[in-house]
Amino acid sequence: MIEIKNLSKSFGDLLVWKDVTFNIEDGETLAIIGRSGCGKSVLLKHINALLYPDSGEVIIDGSDIHKLDYVEQRKLRQKFGVLFQGSALFDSINTFENIAFPLRYFTKQTEQEIHKNVMDALSHVNLENVADKETSELSGGMRKRVGLARAIVLKPTYIMYDEPTSGLDPQTASEINELIINMAETLDITSIVVTHDMNSVLDIADKVSFLDNQELSWHGTVQEMRVSNQKNLIDFISASEYQI
Amino acid sequence: MYALKELGKYSTLLYQALRSSTEFSTYRKNLFQELVKVGYDSVPIIVLTGIFTGSVMTLQSAYQLESAFIPLSTIGAIVSESILIELAAVISSLVLAGKVGARVATELGTMRVSEQIDALESMGFNSVSFLVVPRVLAGIFMFPVLYIVASIFGLGGGIAAGFFSGSVPPADFLQGARMYFYPWNLVFGFTKMFVFGFIITSVSCYKGYFASGGAEGVGKCTTNATVLSCILILLADFVLAALLL
Repeated sequence: MIEIKNLSKSFGDLLVWKDVTFNIEDGETLAIIGRSGCGKSVLLKHINALLYPDSGEVIIDGSDIHKLDYVEQRKLRQKFGVLFQGSALFDSINTFENIAFPLRYFTKQTEQEIHKNVMDALSHVNLENVADKETSELSGGMRKRVGLARAIVLKPTYIMYDEPTSGLDPQTASEINELIINMAETLDITSIVVTHDMNSVLDIADKVSFLDNQELSWHGTVQEMRVSNQKNLIDFISASEYQI
Repeated sequence: MYALKELGKYSTLLYQALRSSTEFSTYRKNLFQELVKVGYDSVPIIVLTGIFTGSVMTLQSAYQLESAFIPLSTIGAIVSESILIELAAVISSLVLAGKVGARVATELGTMRVSEQIDALESMGFNSVSFLVVPRVLAGIFMFPVLYIVASIFGLGGGIAAGFFSGSVPPADFLQGARMYFYPWNLVFGFTKMFVFGFIITSVSCYKGYFASGGAEGVGKCTTNATVLSCILILLADFVLAALLL
């Protein structure tokens, strides 16, 4: 379980958000939505301590990740898989090695075991045939899926998606959404998805956190969001192509 | 104030690198790759730099010292001293600031702006240990080796230029070189290259590691890394000469 308590962050004089508080229960999929530049990705980077807050806590399985020493923090980070906005694949190694990368450094698996786990991860994202390809040969959608395969190969407890469908055509975006649902169900993973794509939110999320006006403006289930009469939330949803 | 802030960030990165240098298993593979990239891959440009530096130095010295009262062996003495004390280290390092420094800054800068460093940290890696430590160690280990290469080819170039131009016979050149050879000169050259190797790789790692702003930001960090490395090499050259000679 992840508890976010009174989290505040500024960059210099620029306040990103203040007093953000919500919980993410085990097994649920939470979507963090909001306008571009409202600090969604910044919030995501606070959850695995890539950024530090000005005040507040992020408690993961009972430990405040920002108060742990670096060695313990790194151990806790291994519970997370992250799919970055640009996939963040290592361009100096091929697809197979990208996915094998954490296995080689954090486990003592044999080559056969590594091969099996990499191919399993690739089969989860329906890309068994690209293992030998260079990452530069992959399309945008393939890169996202390979990034997802790398994120799940260590069997994480939590997985964070930063704009998983941005820059993709609607059909590929829909395939990625299906993968996210599939991951959550088959691997029993708690998912946190940063997006401004309402199609994705309605397809994949159990709960929604809406960031607006430098604060957590709204938090609740998707069903509650559908009937909410909060004006800024309705404005945000109705501005998207999707109409509830 | 800005310079102090930058110095603080640079010192913090070096401190983190020093602390994480014990995590040998994290950077072992990268270290061997970097030793090859910094050392072996730089040999051709260092050979060329050495040959042309020695050749030009010989031709210019012969031109300036053309007199019946100055023995030809003096040219060999001047050229060999200059190469061992100054040119093999400084000219090679300025060239390597462009080759090694620019590569390191670009690699790390690209990794930073494409979130690959964030990806490493997210997986639980110590990115400083994984990326910075092997590059700085490779600089410290391989620059002195490249100094040997630059010195040998510098002297070779000097001898060849003297021979083919007819200005200094090889025997006279070598006699002068032997006459004024002091082992301390080699120690001084090695010390310089050790320091320059550290400066180029650590400054380039720092600029790349903290790059921001997409492709333009990577270009800027690469330029800054190269220019700053060159300035610091010249400054360190002066300080070392003042301290050690």
